[in-house]
Amino acid sequence: MANETEQAGGSENRILRTPKYKTPSPEQVAALQQEHPAWITETVSAFDEITAIVPRESITAICSHLKTAQGFEFNMLADLCGVDRGPEEEPRFEVNYHLFSTTLHHRLRLKVLLDERDAHVNSVTSIWRTANWHERETFDLFGVIFDNHPDLRRILLPDEWEGHALRKDFPLRGYEPYSLT
Amino acid sequence: MSVSLPPQFEVIDRPLDTQMTISFGPQHPSTHGVLRLEMVLDGEMIVRAIPDIGYLHTGMEKLFEYKKWQQGIVITDRMDYLNPLGNNLAYVMAVEKLLGLEIPERAEVIRVMMCELQRIASHLVWLGTHALDIGAMTVFFYCFREREKILNLIEAASGGRLTPSYFRIGGLMMDLPPGFERRVQQFLEKFPKSCDEFDTLLTGNKIFQRRTQGVGIISAEDAIDWGLTGPCLRGSGIEIDVRRVNPYTGYENYDFVVPVEDGCDVWARYKVRMREMRESHKIVAQALARLKPGPTKADAPKVVLPEREAMKTHMDALIHHFLIIAEGFDVPAGEIYHPIEASKGELGVYIKSDGGPKPARVHFRGPSFVNLSALPQMAEGEMIADVVAIIGSIDIVLGEIDR
Repeated sequence: MANETEQAGGSENRILRTPKYKTPSPEQVAALQQEHPAWITETVSAFDEITAIVPRESITAICSHLKTAQGFEFNMLADLCGVDRGPEEEPRFEVNYHLFSTTLHHRLRLKVLLDERDAHVNSVTSIWRTANWHERETFDLFGVIFDNHPDLRRILLPDEWEGHALRKDFPLRGYEPYSLT
Repeated sequence: MSVSLPPQFEVIDRPLDTQMTISFGPQHPSTHGVLRLEMVLDGEMIVRAIPDIGYLHTGMEKLFEYKKWQQGIVITDRMDYLNPLGNNLAYVMAVEKLLGLEIPERAEVIRVMMCELQRIASHLVWLGTHALDIGAMTVFFYCFREREKILNLIEAASGGRLTPSYFRIGGLMMDLPPGFERRVQQFLEKFPKSCDEFDTLLTGNKIFQRRTQGVGIISAEDAIDWGLTGPCLRGSGIEIDVRRVNPYTGYENYDFVVPVEDGCDVWARYKVRMREMRESHKIVAQALARLKPGPTKADAPKVVLPEREAMKTHMDALIHHFLIIAEGFDVPAGEIYHPIEASKGELGVYIKSDGGPKPARVHFRGPSFVNLSALPQMAEGEMIADVVAIIGSIDIVLGEIDR
């Protein structure tokens, strides 16, 4: 462990108050919105986090831009998850993309809103391969279809399962007892 | 909805001497639970490995939506059951962020101390089982002997060994028992010697080195692309630790090194975890030195349960107690993504509240789930015996993958 002392050199024991949950500055996001008005319809800042609401047509365009654009460099997709707002809401589904940059260490949330009748959104698997399983999970539990996904099938529940378990109108205990036989 | 199977799941109808498809698991002991791999082999070489998960799916994320905020804590224990305090911390901190609660310093220090003890315990299980999978049986007993001491400490503080639920929204379940600091001190004094023992058993072992060096390679670019975090990412030479890059509960005030190795193989991931145990030991020692008397619960009577004695003697405490238990408390509407560094990588909690006493959505980004998805990348082209070493080096817990 020869390099241990070198690494420890800069970190003496002192009280640091660094910004904890880093995000790009709101001006940066606003500039991006100005430059590409079709990509972001709205930005929300709450609880130290920035959420950009993205029309579903633009999700691949904005993601591939953010992955490499200077000042953003979101080269990692930390998480992707679905939300069901309830059967009476319109649009009903949200898909959240939590981006992370391994160089600048900041985070950003993109949000796509989807109607129940047409719950389709383009897959981002071609941009980050980690999206593969996240999108399969969201498809499995919410029934959101990710177009151009290489392998869109159920991941947690059995293939012959009926319905999508995390939808609000799916009963907690299911419709009938499930049997493996 | 009917889903058609993709071509790779069809049985390949060729003579056995070219390729064959076998099912690895779900009962295989080295799959650490109920992981099943669909493997296409050419002789002993893996042509394709397709993980099949979901055997342990219990609908935890659905269950959260039917439980009050404080009841969710016990569900988190059961996800990554080797690192339950880390799960507690992620969930509890996300809710506290939504509530805007300030946590007393003593509670924060105890949280750091307990989490690092838990990280050591989790790494000890990894080390023992990883070595066992590869064929070194002795290490397992040494590791579980040490882990037992940590579990005893956790039991002393919380009453539970595997499911402590020690962190509560607004602080801790209760303060540490008398004499706890001394017991931690005793553990700390002996632990470096145990670490040396593990090193003697494995690190210099030529058989172990040959089984792990150059196996399960994943480059830094691929590791980022697959979303790897924790020791798997740091074993590929990328210095990312959430404790360092997005510090929480005061980790920015502790002096520790983020171990990085650039071998990209099983051996590198092994070395990262071995060094991490020593770093965690350092953090526990610092936290212990920092421990000062003080409150362990936030001053928020509508959220934090009152002390037992106050509840029996004060009317308002009794009312608050009744309301928290019977009706729960409302959490302001909003959404939070809160990442922490669990023992296996970035554990992210996404919480959405609609302002009621129950969450609208709770999602866990389990590090094992994401790390396992990169298994085909690491395993394809390797020998079948190496899959066991690779699975061990990813350090998966199926409870967290399937949720």
